[in-house]
Amino acid sequence: MATMVQAMRLALHVGEERFGVTDVFGQDVGPPLGGIFTQTQGLKTAWNTPLDERGIVGTAIGLAMAGQRPVAEIQFCDYAFNSVDLLKLAGGMCWSSAGDWNCPLVLMMPVGSGVRGSIYHSHSFDAQATRLPGWKIVMPSNPLDAYGLMLAAIRDPNPVLYLAPKALLRVRGTPAQRLPGEPEDPQVLSKMIDAPLGDRSAWAPRWPDVEDLVTPLGAASIAREGEHVSLVSYGRMMHVALDAAQKLAEEGIETEVIDLRTLAPYDWPAIKTSIQKCGRVLFLNEDTEVTNFGEHLLRRTVEELFYELEAPPKLLAGAHVPGIGLADALERASVPQVEQVVATLRELARHAP
Amino acid sequence: MLRLYDRMLLARCLEERLIQMHKQGDGFFWVGGPGEEALNTSLGMLVRKGQGPAYDYLHLHYRATATLLAMGADPMDAMRQMKNTATDPYSRGRNFCNHYSKRAWNVLPVSSTIEVQFSMAPGTALANKRAGIAGHAASQGITIVQGGDAGTAEGDFATCLIWSSLPNRELPCLMIVTNNHWGISTPAAHMHSEQIAARADAFGIRSAVIDGNDVETCYAELARAMEYVRSTRRPFLLEAHVSRLYGHTSASGANRVAGEVDCLALLESRLEELGLMAREKMVELRASYTHELREAAKLVREEPQPSGDDIYREIFAERDLVHEV
Repeated sequence: MATMVQAMRLALHVGEERFGVTDVFGQDVGPPLGGIFTQTQGLKTAWNTPLDERGIVGTAIGLAMAGQRPVAEIQFCDYAFNSVDLLKLAGGMCWSSAGDWNCPLVLMMPVGSGVRGSIYHSHSFDAQATRLPGWKIVMPSNPLDAYGLMLAAIRDPNPVLYLAPKALLRVRGTPAQRLPGEPEDPQVLSKMIDAPLGDRSAWAPRWPDVEDLVTPLGAASIAREGEHVSLVSYGRMMHVALDAAQKLAEEGIETEVIDLRTLAPYDWPAIKTSIQKCGRVLFLNEDTEVTNFGEHLLRRTVEELFYELEAPPKLLAGAHVPGIGLADALERASVPQVEQVVATLRELARHAP
Repeated sequence: MLRLYDRMLLARCLEERLIQMHKQGDGFFWVGGPGEEALNTSLGMLVRKGQGPAYDYLHLHYRATATLLAMGADPMDAMRQMKNTATDPYSRGRNFCNHYSKRAWNVLPVSSTIEVQFSMAPGTALANKRAGIAGHAASQGITIVQGGDAGTAEGDFATCLIWSSLPNRELPCLMIVTNNHWGISTPAAHMHSEQIAARADAFGIRSAVIDGNDVETCYAELARAMEYVRSTRRPFLLEAHVSRLYGHTSASGANRVAGEVDCLALLESRLEELGLMAREKMVELRASYTHELREAAKLVREEPQPSGDDIYREIFAERDLVHEV
């Protein structure tokens, strides 16, 4: 089974070969490194840029509007904050020109904590991103979605922000999450597409014949079915969510876990259906909790589904602090942990209306 | 030269009409380029107009009326944007006047945000470079990016210098700095050295400083700079000293400023001196444009405004327009 970085790389390769991707670029994206997480190794259109996030975003906009098909990368989302006005402009190109222009680019960036990345390699970007109208925003939680969402992003006529949970990049999928056409043996895949350590000047990848897969933008998936309480999450927190659901199942509490996958436009019908079924809901993400995307979902839940709720809906999100501290206890205190999720779900499930 | 004069005069009369419209309550805000007509008209006449990377891309700022008119834009459309009507073809009532956008002519949407166009220009320039076929002149589109002198303090200006001069990856990008010696109310002398163009030297980029009030100089020097970028596929920085005849925007009153050189008056004297046009003819032409534009503004006033529910249109593109060239 491919890891998430391998899935991203395979999708970018398919994008180059079949969907006209002209540029995969950013800092250390081209050879020899091929991305600090190996996500762009061996890609034929990959190139290195100056250390200049504004230049990366601006050039992506220019390339897109001049009929190229760029996939750009900001090395860590922590370094995208100096480009927020350019992100706003990209999201507004179609609207501000009254539909005369579109801006078809993909901008990917690793996000989130979980790798002991300290203050400036642990930020999340989903709260910021969902304040950028005109962008589509995806955040996969497994290799198969990482693959399908990338191919959907490449083919969309709008700017798409691809938030890659950095703690999941080297995690393998389950057998059910195998990419269509990938080799059976992970070792075989690795030998084909992972660059060797050391000198790689003579190395070239041998790409497996993976098939097209487009995971529709805006469609959530039900990662686990349940009937007692709904848990809506995305990205790295999906794994925390599924662990918590497994623990509660041992107590007889069945949690329905929804993987949003796309944050804009988001799949409200999927959320609504699940809440109507369970009457109890927890929203879960790791971005800071004040003006958090989960707060919007909470507000909409209260306004539209109030009389169908059997317990006050809840949000678990990151602490509203300036960064994630390096020490283990600091990181654990800053982002939701499985014990908190279990306790909150249990409280929701047992709440007597 | 007479053609240049005609377009410069029309641009001036249009800007003055836009200012009048603002003062009469037909529009919320004015910003524009009176005092830059010599440079901007020349640019509009020289640009290789068309759609897609075989043609020139224009990353303009909010003083580009003369450029658009010289390219063939309808003056009424500028008034429609001023009056934020539903018929405004550039933004359908969403943006300020002088914020042009026209995909058919490779004019990217102008943003009020200063200097961001200099971060986008390397992208279109890279597309131009790819589209160009060596020795095939008709395929050699270039990217033209323009901004004021105050904006060069933004990092985006450095971005453009750096990205367009990467070793062995130079880009066909013409950077134009219109130096009007002001940043709203702040004199340039307090903010930057006398020459912006000198910064190009550090990047091995060729540059020139010109008198942007002399239309013959503007036309010749722009043609030369464009030819250099077009044929060598390398960047060039052109700094033009221009005037700001009506202040920064309507926020500073938009009244005629004394003591600034007027490129149009200079050209009129020159035309008279050369015997190319009589003074009476110039007065007559100005009166005629002023009258036509006044009448057109009355028509624009009657055109519909956008409705509130328009805000939800075009947040997302349904079609991939930029790939439909």
